[in-house]
Amino acid sequence: MKVSVQEQDFDLSAETRLLSKDKRVGAIASFVGVVREVPMTLEHYPGMTENAIRKIAEEAGTRWQVMDSTVIHRYGALQAGDQIVMVAVASAHRGDAFAACEFIMDYLKTRAPFWKKEHRPGGAQWVEARSSDDQAAERWRK
Amino acid sequence: MKVKVLFFAGLREQLGTSSLEVDVPPGVTTVAGLKGFLVERNNSWKEALAERKLIRTAVNQDMVDAGARIKAGDEIAFFPPVTGG
Repeated sequence: MKVSVQEQDFDLSAETRLLSKDKRVGAIASFVGVVREVPMTLEHYPGMTENAIRKIAEEAGTRWQVMDSTVIHRYGALQAGDQIVMVAVASAHRGDAFAACEFIMDYLKTRAPFWKKEHRPGGAQWVEARSSDDQAAERWRK
Repeated sequence: MKVKVLFFAGLREQLGTSSLEVDVPPGVTTVAGLKGFLVERNNSWKEALAERKLIRTAVNQDMVDAGARIKAGDEIAFFPPVTGG
């Protein structure tokens, strides 16, 4: 499992190549989140962020057959079109990889301590949490 | 007992501080109690801390609810609902 919270950009294909080194891997599902339209600054809680993401990825491993996973989340100043986050999950089969990838992303949105501040022409504003994100995470409750 | 208190994002800006050491009286044993103590100590924090509906809390970097116990040396963070991803 790899978890990284970093300012610099990431390379999805390089990360997925690392995940496919294990010959038992048959499927890698991945997700990349991109800054939509408005430049922003991302703040996080150093230390807790990494731990929270690690716990989410570990929980995914208790629910699905996950052989390895990589989560990279950026912080700092980001422009429209920049990559913010990637999740990649390696498994023997696609069903587990797809489900675990979506689960990690949904939980990350409600449990990992990141906050977005958007910089619009009228001024900077903190993004409000959306109830649809809570609902997305809620549907995974056992 | 002494604890470390952290604030993040909009709450940090509203309060004008990101971190402080607080010496809490013996009666304060939970997250909710600490919040009440901070508001009492600094009345201008009332609106941001007590009357703002959605504040999340972490104790020693684990998300908890308001009834969670606190002890000496803990790191207690208050922040708005998260918006990463």
